[in-house]
Order: sequence, then C-alpha cells, then structure tokens
Amino acid sequence: MMFKLGALIMHPASKFVLLALALIFPLLAGVENEYQVQVMAKAFIIIIAVYGFNVITGFCGQLNLAHGGFYAIGAYTVALLTVDAGWNYWPALVAALVVTGVLGFLVGAVSLRLKEHYFAIFTLCVGFIIYLLIEKWDWLTHGVIGVRNISEPDGFGIVNFRETNAMYYLVLFFMTFIIWFTSRIQKSLVGRTFIAIRNGDDLAQSLGINLMKTKILAFVISTTYAGLAGGLYAGMIRVVGPEEANVLQTFNMIMYMLVGGIGTLFGPLVGTLGVTWITETLQFLEAYRMLIFGPLLVVLVIFFPLGICGSFLTWMHRKAQALGLGPKKAQTQSKVKASGQEANNNA
Amino acid sequence: MLKVEHLTKMFGGLAAVNDVSVDFGANQINAIIGPNGAGKSTFFNLISGVHQPTSGRILLDGQDVTTMRCDHVAKLGVGRTFQTTNLFETATVLDNLIVGYRLRTRSGLWDVLINSKRLQAEEKAAREKAREALDFVGLTHAENRYIADCTQEERKRVAFALALATDPKIVLLDEPAAGVNPEETEGLAALMKKMVKNGLTVCLIEHKMDMIMGIADKIMVLDHGEKIAEGTPEEVKNNPVVIEAYLGSDHDAAA
Amino acid sequence: MTIFLQQVFNGLTLGSVYGLVALGLTLVYGILHIPNFAHGALYMVGAFISFYVMQDLGFNYWVAMAGSAVIVAVIAILCERLVFHPLRHAPPIHDKIAAIGILLFLEAAVHAIWGSQPVRMQTPFPGVVNLGGVFMREQAILIIVAAAVLVTALTIFLRKTMVGATIIAMAQNREGAFLVGIDANRVAMMTFAISGILAAVAATLFAPMTLVSPVMGHIVIMKAFVIIILGGMGSIPGAIVGGMIIGMAEALGGFYVSDSYKDVIAFTLLVIILSVRPQGLFAKGAH
Repeated sequence: MMFKLGALIMHPASKFVLLALALIFPLLAGVENEYQVQVMAKAFIIIIAVYGFNVITGFCGQLNLAHGGFYAIGAYTVALLTVDAGWNYWPALVAALVVTGVLGFLVGAVSLRLKEHYFAIFTLCVGFIIYLLIEKWDWLTHGVIGVRNISEPDGFGIVNFRETNAMYYLVLFFMTFIIWFTSRIQKSLVGRTFIAIRNGDDLAQSLGINLMKTKILAFVISTTYAGLAGGLYAGMIRVVGPEEANVLQTFNMIMYMLVGGIGTLFGPLVGTLGVTWITETLQFLEAYRMLIFGPLLVVLVIFFPLGICGSFLTWMHRKAQALGLGPKKAQTQSKVKASGQEANNNA
Repeated sequence: MLKVEHLTKMFGGLAAVNDVSVDFGANQINAIIGPNGAGKSTFFNLISGVHQPTSGRILLDGQDVTTMRCDHVAKLGVGRTFQTTNLFETATVLDNLIVGYRLRTRSGLWDVLINSKRLQAEEKAAREKAREALDFVGLTHAENRYIADCTQEERKRVAFALALATDPKIVLLDEPAAGVNPEETEGLAALMKKMVKNGLTVCLIEHKMDMIMGIADKIMVLDHGEKIAEGTPEEVKNNPVVIEAYLGSDHDAAA
Repeated sequence: MTIFLQQVFNGLTLGSVYGLVALGLTLVYGILHIPNFAHGALYMVGAFISFYVMQDLGFNYWVAMAGSAVIVAVIAILCERLVFHPLRHAPPIHDKIAAIGILLFLEAAVHAIWGSQPVRMQTPFPGVVNLGGVFMREQAILIIVAAAVLVTALTIFLRKTMVGATIIAMAQNREGAFLVGIDANRVAMMTFAISGILAAVAATLFAPMTLVSPVMGHIVIMKAFVIIILGGMGSIPGAIVGGMIIGMAEALGGFYVSDSYKDVIAFTLLVIILSVRPQGLFAKGAH
C-alpha cells in the first residue's frame, strides 16, 4: 500500500541506504561512464548551493536573488588565489568560505532591513553588480576571459583529485556534511526561529525574536554554503568565467528548490537530482528547455507550491492521522526520497 | 500594571493615536473598543514596540518601555496576538508553538553544531512549555494536527497558546473573536477569564459588544485616535459620547 | 558648456524612457502590490513585435507601435489572469517566482521565434538637429515629447475619467473600493494593460537608438525597479522624477566618470539610498 511504502521511505535508516547507494554509484555507473559520475558530482555541488538557498529563502522566507553571485564569488576566490597568488587549494577554499561569509554579513546587514519585495529587488541588483564587476574588473578577475588552470584539491597518498571518482567522493563528503548540518539546524530552536520569521516579521518580533540578528545569521549561512559550492566547482572543473555569476544560475536553483519542496529538508536534494537527471535524459529536448522552464515555474508555484517532498510529507501526515496512527513524526524533519529518484540512481 | 501617558503617534500629518493616557490594572480584563480606524491596533503596536511613539510614555510595571524595540518588550513579558495570524500551515500545532519559548533560551548556532547540553535542555523546556500552553487553551488533542486542518476557532486558540508560551505577564489580544461564531466566542471569553485567574493581565481589542460587556473589568473607548471614555462596562454603555461615536460613524456588526 | 548640455539632453532622453518603463511598473506595484519582474520582458517583446510588424508586414512605424502596444497589453492581461490572479492569496514569494517564470518564458519564446541576433529598428526620424552645438537626434526629441504626452494623457485618464478613478480608489483603499462595489478584477486587468502599453511604446521609441535583442529588457527592468523604489511605489510623479534622476546620473556619470561602469550608477544609488532609508525615499507608512 502506498502508505506503507511512504513509511518505509521516511524510516530513519533509509538515509543510510541513500548514502550507500551514493557511495557505490561510481561502480554502478560503469568504468567507461566517467561522464555520468561527473554529472552527478556537479549536481552534488549545486545541491550544496541550493541547500544554502533553502536556508535563507526556504526556512527564513527572504528571496535572495544574489545567491548565484555568492556562488561565483566562492569560485573566483579559489580560482584567483590558486592561479594568481599561488596558494594551495585547501587554504584557498577556506578563504572562499571566509570571503563569502564576510561579504554575506555586509550585504545582509544592509539589505535585510528591507522588507520582502524590496529585499528581492535589492538582491537582484546586488547579484547583477557582482556579475558586472566580475566582467569588467579586468585586472582582478581577468574579465571575460575567465580564469583557467585552477589547482585541483591537493591529494594525499594515492588519492589524486584530478580523477573524476576521487572528486566525486570529495564532493559527496561535503554534501553529506551539509545535509547533516542543515538537518540539525532545521530541527533546532535556531531553525524554528528562521521559520517563525518566514511566517511573519511582526509575529516573530512579538515572540521576542531579534529580526536583524536572526536574518543575518541565516543569510551568512546561506552565502557560506554558496561559497563552498563555488569553491568546490572551481577545484573540480578548474575553469571559471563570468557566466558563473549569471542570474540564470539563481533562477535554476529556484526551480530545483521549488520542484523538491521549498523549506523541506530533502527538497534541494530531490529537486536538483530530479531536474538534472531528467534534463540529461531528455537531451533531445534541449532546444525547448528554456521554453518549458518558465511555464513550469509558474505551474509549480500555482499548483504544486509544496514541491515533491512537501506534498509527500503532508500526504503522509494526513494519511497517518486518517488511519488513526499515533503521533507520526511527519513534521518538517524527515528523511524523504522519492522512489523515482531511487530508480534514477540505479539507472 | 501597564501605564500609558499622553501617548501620541503621528503618521505624516495624521494622528493615529492622539494624547491617550490610561492605566490598565493587573489581573484584569481590559478592553479597548471604538469604531473602525479609531487607532486601536496602532495603540497595541505602540505598546508592543512595533511602532515608536511620536511622544508620550509607556510604563510596564513601572519600567519605561517607550522606546524599546519589539523583541525586548516581548522579553519583558508582553505577549501579543494579531488580527491575522500567519502560522506554519504544513506543520503540526505543537511544532508551531515550540518557538514561543525561544525568547527565554540562549542557544545559538554553535550549540546546534555540537549539540550542546544547553541546547538539549532548552529544546526540552520549549517543548514542555508548548504542551503546557496547548493544554491551557484546551487543544492537547490537536497536538499533531496540521494547522491547515484546524478550524478558525482552533487557530485563534493556537495563537493564544503561542502568546502564552512566551511566559508573559500581560497579553494583548487583537480582535481574538473575529470570524468566530457566538458559541465559540463564549469559549474564548472563558479562556480569557482563565488567563486572568492564572495571574495574567489581558488587554483586548474587540468589536463584539456582548462579549466585552460580559467579561471586561475596564473599558477604554477610542475614536479617531483619542480616548473618549473610560470606565466599567456599565459606565461606558450609558455614556452618550460613546453612543454618539458609534452611531455617528461606521457601526460595526459582529462578524 | 555645450558638452555638458549635450549630456543633459542625453539624460533627458534616457530619463524619459526609464520613466515610461518605471511608470508601468509602479502602477502594477502600487495598485496590486506585485513586483512584476517580467515587466522588462514585456518591454523587450514590445520592441520585437514592432520590429517585425515593420519588417515582415511592411507597416509603418506608428502602426507598428500601436499594434505592438495592443499585443503586449493583451499579453499583460493574460499574465494577470493566468498567473497573478490565482496567486493573489499566496505568500508573496510565489508572486515573485511566478514573475520570473513569465520572464524566462517570454525570453525563450522570442528567442525561439526570432533568434537571438540583435537587430536595428528603422524610424521615420533618422535625422539629427544641431542646436547651438548640442546634437539632438530627432528620435530623442520624439522620445521626450512622446513621454510628456503619454504621462499627461495617463494623468488625465486617471484623474478625470470614471475608469481611472476606480484604479486610484483601489490603490488608495482596497477595502473601501470593494465596499463601493469596484470590480477588482477589471481594475487589475486594466492596470496590467496600461503597464503593457507603456512598456511597448517605450521600447519602440527607444529601440531605434540602440539595438533590439532578447536581453534588452534585463538592465532596463532593474533600473526601473531602482526608480520606483526611489520615487515611491505607486507614485506617478515619483516614477517620472526618479526616471529623470537616474537618466541624468547615467548620462553625466557615464561621460564624466566612467563609461563602462555607467550601468552600475543606478544600482549604487539604490544601495546608498536604501542603506540610509530602508523604506525608500517617499514611503509613508510601513513597507
């Protein structure tokens, strides 16, 4: 019965099954299919960024249209430090986290005083400024040419991060950590504070929540995630250009979040993997992709605002209530995996 | 307990609240009534710190809270509900209430990372407080229901519970009985009496005269931002100025 | 001195275009509280339709402008009916995401139908007038005049007609408007239609001076947002004045400070102003 299947998916152990599948994925993909592994690794990197987006927009309700810009800043920090300043990768990655964190703090301090629409508009402009600066500030960012020959992460022993598989596991490691950390945030008082703000500034304030402090915290967390993702991207693909800061990146991430379920724990994972793999398999529709993208966003937002995970969770909860089962842990903290995605993983 | 002295709030050239002074006693039900646009919600906003007054003073238990920020005022013990409460629809009733105790906790992001003892203790306390508040408003049976599946009256109770979970001394209720039928209105009225019996002070804005006359210990009447009357239900009911204000302007029918 | 006046004239031209675009945007935001991110796409579509009406159907500039205005108005109404109306009770984030969806669709549609190559639009006013050393392109003069005419017409429409009055009523007091029996749906559709017309006309006016391309709406829309935040959401004079300020700042800044960074000027202004006054320059209450 559907409900039993759903309950199985939500069982705490299922996330370990997920992890195990992810670990053996390169073996499943086959020795010749390095391409698949790279696609998956790239998806993992985007997932990290989308988790950040989910913290500021999903949990806290502030639509940050500059998110892609911070991703680009993370990528460029690693790129410029390793190529122009001769740093090793790992210190450069840490620097990327610091830079995006600090910039996030500064931008947040200014912009988060703005309510709702103003904040979205402001961040849209900030994102655009970031793009412009990267493109025009030639002597720092190399302008339109971009940065090439970025160092890959320094390996150790037999592990060489120029190899796709090694990079895959590295990214998987970071992604798992991020998901774990985010889940801890979401279930905690800190996460609940974010969600209270999403429900309404006035109400949150009347509950004794310091709006600025909390919003800035969420914002900095989100920009740091984005910086991490960008830094990993730079180390993996080893070439970056101004396109990383294109606002289209942010729009893509909105799509992934929406499909997976805004504000849910596994939404970013499910949404990104789902959309990425569907576009991969439907390559022949590439020409129509942009034509479908827009209306899809509209349809999702009007008819399926909860996304896959959100709809699943609410369905499970109501079913449990209808079946008279006891307090089901069908709240926002759950492990969810669309069975469709499992099939994709095995493909 | 809550003393307001010459409180004025100007928006542009318009005085939303004009030189209002009143003394709300502790352990009482204090009602604020008046025609639409009289400045009642603005008055609440000034007390709870959402807006800063243009002039005047607000004293909570003798402490000057006039210029205090909203979240500080909440920490001092002012709980509040709003005319429209936005709750987390696809979360359970209990889940919505846990954050109510947040202002009494100190854990931060680091605590989350290391899962500190402090965080565990505070989360447990918050959950208990939430259950306590839920029990007080009589909704323990709905603990695991999604807010989206609750009736309007139940949502009002949840909003009450949320304010109660902050451990307040005084609660400001903004039209708590709006959109609720007469029987449920009585239930809410009983709940307010229960709050006072448990040591709280209640301040409410309402349009339902029957309810107000039945439970209020003291009533203040506002019209066009000014206080035009004050006293017990008997006194206010027969006050010609009050009658004029209501008949002369928009006469509200109970929702 | 003539150089300065030249920049002032350029600023006037730019300001007129920006003002018209911002006007459409501010009407929709002020009355319906929707930040229509797709407005720039409407602008861009307006230019493309004009171009192809002239190019493929052989009509003249004015017919093309009129036809484009009508078509974009219809598209705008469709947006309102199919997208924003269903979302009127949803959390505000959904509005914004939906607008982004519309924006992406319109750009993709234009790309699919007409390709992404920029094209140059013809105009019946290719000449240049030399007034004491200041070179004024006839098209630029047309823009300034047309903008003045449109703004006046719009103001008269809103103040002196019944239909216009219903729009103002909705903007000032939503609930009061309902009580008096004003049809919110009609007002919403009309507002969107007007914004569409303004966008299409502005685009058609400005296109002969730049290029028509699928990305022409991007920068314009962001500047329009800056303008309405500066000038006050829903304020018509604010949109015009704000447009002029940004236009002037860009022309003068672009010439005297830096040409490649001139686009950043508008946003820098926004950052500065919002840092100091988070509610914008002309807001009265909250939001």
